[in-house]
Amino acid sequence: MHPAPFAYKAAHSVEEALQLLRSHEDAKILAGGHSLIPALKLRLTQPAVLIDISKISSLRGIRRENGKLIIGSGTTHREIEQSHLVAEASPLLASVAPQIGDVQVRHRGTFGGSLAHADPAGDWPAAALAVDAELVIAGAHGTRTVHASEFFTGMLTTVIEPDEILTEIKVPGEGTPGIYLKHRNAASGYATVGVAVTATHDHGRIGTVTIGVTGATPVAFRASIVEHALNGHAVSAHLLDEAASHAADGLECLSDIHAPAAYRSQLVKVMVRRALGKLLHA
Amino acid sequence: MEENHVGITVEVNGRPHRSTVEPRTLLVDYLRDDLGLTGTHIGCDTGQCGACTVIVDGQSVKSCMVLAVQADGAHVRTVEGLAQDGRYHAVQQGFWEKHGLQCGFCTPGFMMQSVQILEDNPDPSDEEIRHALEGNLCRCTGYQNIVEAVKAAGATIRSGAETMAVGTGVGA
Repeated sequence: MHPAPFAYKAAHSVEEALQLLRSHEDAKILAGGHSLIPALKLRLTQPAVLIDISKISSLRGIRRENGKLIIGSGTTHREIEQSHLVAEASPLLASVAPQIGDVQVRHRGTFGGSLAHADPAGDWPAAALAVDAELVIAGAHGTRTVHASEFFTGMLTTVIEPDEILTEIKVPGEGTPGIYLKHRNAASGYATVGVAVTATHDHGRIGTVTIGVTGATPVAFRASIVEHALNGHAVSAHLLDEAASHAADGLECLSDIHAPAAYRSQLVKVMVRRALGKLLHA
Repeated sequence: MEENHVGITVEVNGRPHRSTVEPRTLLVDYLRDDLGLTGTHIGCDTGQCGACTVIVDGQSVKSCMVLAVQADGAHVRTVEGLAQDGRYHAVQQGFWEKHGLQCGFCTPGFMMQSVQILEDNPDPSDEEIRHALEGNLCRCTGYQNIVEAVKAAGATIRSGAETMAVGTGVGA
């Protein structure tokens, strides 16, 4: 399979990439390429120009600043998987990374690329929602910051404008316990349903629970009904059963040859319950 | 240079190559068609099977999912580069000794990923090996022996023992 022809431009700074985006119509950003290249090969997309941002060193790396973890959009899944800083500051992200694709995919695929692609079966959107990530987007007039809750607008669609680039993602870095459970499609490794949960609890009482769900619906979402049923309550198996049983209330789930909507809906409830159980030991 | 062709310099198995390629050229096609290195196989062509695994700047990748232009300036290792100075790589010897292949189609990709595994950690557990081989499929389902082969190669590397001479046993 060969992509249709396109022109290739490598950018060496965010400014240069933005300039290239403005000066070329029908351009697409190439980072790790692990969503884009398959789409190019299937000719699902046929851009005239690819702007390669993978050589922009300022987009890569993980650091902690003012208690927040700041991850460059070009940081690979593998770099996150192997980061001691991430393991300490964001157990949820550390739980997601090794479950993405396989080692070869994780060597190339990027955190920002996955978020910007907004695949309904992608893993990171669930985690970004659960940690309420802040996404920094650069454009002609500087940068703007968008919360994950406002970032994803539809299937494969985000608030990023055609002349903008996602540059950084900020996530809370105080080490809140978190876990990602994923029901993998056996062939592709994508999430049929994936559930990202963080929870604080103290002496058997739940503080705050956040739950992001991917794979089930066209856009990843926060299971707010479940969160509200749990926040501030004493942990018990009964409470988790009852709360998780509402995880799919009102959902219009995706349906395909791998999993009909009713199955996905059931999986959401089961996976939310399991993730809560693992995290809260009940 | 033809219009819309791009000049790239790629070091493959220690040898520098200057080439002009169409931007849409996949790394695997560049290796196989432009450089004649047909040891890297194309299996699924969709990033699932891992037969096309090569190592780019120290990291295993599926070369059907990388553009040749993205490898500009990179060091690439393919299965042809494993044997050195007339001796097999420990991974090649491991696959030989433990019968880590049946039809052999997936073997170059498995061996390159095995090299990656052992360069990350020369003494991986069975579970670590299996997790790290997740991206490679063997349709003969010879996974048990592949895991044994990686373990044997790890033992060889850790012991520092000399590996077999290239050609050992061939035609015997």
